[in-house]
Amino acid sequence: MSELKGWKEIPIGGMILDAGNSVEYDTGDWRAFRPVFGEAECINCFQCWLNCPDSSILVDTEKEEMVGFDLKHCKGCGICASVCPVNAKVKKKAEDELEKDEASLCIRIIEEGKLQEAGYE
Amino acid sequence: MSKLEALTGNAAVANAMRQINPDVVAAYPITPQTSTVQTFSEFVADGLVDTEFVTVESEHSAMSACVGASAAGARVMTATSANGLALMWEIVYIAASNRCPIVMSLVNRALSAPINIHCDHSDVMGMRDSGWIILMSENGQEAYDSMVQAVRIGEHPDVLLPVAVCQDGFITSHALERVELLEDEEVQDFIGTYAPQWSLLDLDNPKTYGPLDFYDYYYEHKRQQVEAMENAHGVIAEIADEFGKKFGRSYGYLEEYRMDDADVVVVAANSTAGTARTAVDDLRDEGLKVGLLKLRVFRPFPAKELAEALSSAEAIAVLDRSISFGSMDNSGPLFTELAAALALQGVNVPIADYVYGLGGRDIAPGEIERVYRETLEMAETGESRGVTYLGVRE
Repeated sequence: MSELKGWKEIPIGGMILDAGNSVEYDTGDWRAFRPVFGEAECINCFQCWLNCPDSSILVDTEKEEMVGFDLKHCKGCGICASVCPVNAKVKKKAEDELEKDEASLCIRIIEEGKLQEAGYE
Repeated sequence: MSKLEALTGNAAVANAMRQINPDVVAAYPITPQTSTVQTFSEFVADGLVDTEFVTVESEHSAMSACVGASAAGARVMTATSANGLALMWEIVYIAASNRCPIVMSLVNRALSAPINIHCDHSDVMGMRDSGWIILMSENGQEAYDSMVQAVRIGEHPDVLLPVAVCQDGFITSHALERVELLEDEEVQDFIGTYAPQWSLLDLDNPKTYGPLDFYDYYYEHKRQQVEAMENAHGVIAEIADEFGKKFGRSYGYLEEYRMDDADVVVVAANSTAGTARTAVDDLRDEGLKVGLLKLRVFRPFPAKELAEALSSAEAIAVLDRSISFGSMDNSGPLFTELAAALALQGVNVPIADYVYGLGGRDIAPGEIERVYRETLEMAETGESRGVTYLGVRE
């Protein structure tokens, strides 16, 4: 955050006069959970990109591939993982085979403090 | 040239709205305001105004629509009373905080419960900290004139705050009185065209109203509202002065009636000021030196002007048409604020509070005479008294 301004220097009523500045707000600071890639291969269906409320799914538009997560703005809500059809398929399979391995999902949601434990970072 | 008509307070205000020709009116019917918006809706149906009239499903929605329209850059008006205002509450604060210069006709009525449709000031006193400018009116003429001035006050670039113009429910709103209407063109010339600085419809300069504002900036935005309210103090006087010069009816923060050599002064607002004039005249005929100080501007509170006007009095009585429950002595809000103002301005005059007229209970000149006589006694003893609940049965 830049230096805080005095009351005479800011627009009245909390108005925001420069459009598109929400990108300057690092909402990633709020995050307690983090989305990470699991073992299952992404099929680039873009459901996560479509549903992410913070536009935090990074996409390579030329290759038409989902490439990662914008952790500056991702709040860790987990919607990406819950709408992921690959995750659904993996879970269904796990259910049938009476086993469940989180690591085999496409998108995993892991507590920030337990990333190392889960083998990330 | 202006024309004389016999109009109710509500009809006078509806005519002010017709002549102002606001871009948007959003309102919901509630007694005793209803006939204002009903009359105005006839003007809309008859094509006498260009207003987009929004029929909403509640007062909360009415004020919400007003805020949205105002942010879009429209000149916006509404009207309500008592429980309607209470239902608007959340958005009443948002209107002021978003700096929307909405003008509201507030026809004062007692808040429930028990349910009551008649006059007192519990509704407006509840909005006293909301950031609205609040003007009081003795009669329909004043309500009409203040509605016209309110547009200019609220829209002033140094102010940009919403304005409520009060009049007493039924007593003023439904009583036929002589009202001098300005010509339509005179009103239009006086208010001019609204040129909003930050319109949401200015698509080349997109902007956001009402975003999140935490501990880092919320406080600064509240400080800005203080500045606007302080600026309003001067702007109200400037616009009243211009109005007086153009149309011959003068307004200020206060109106003094037979105050020159008055030993005791009663402070009152809205229609009771009219009743008090009669009491003053009767007592003056008896040779008693009594005067009346009518409060026209409640927000911003004219503390210095009040203290100055009251500095030579020997005793003061305040007439409060509401109770601030649990406040000092369970008195009225006007009393507590005036007593504090006088103390801070160094005016040490005995003072007493008279709560009266709750739920529309009549107040007769005789009762106000009693107030004057008791206040004359207080001038003798030199000791302030607490609150008296005038006219309540033991």
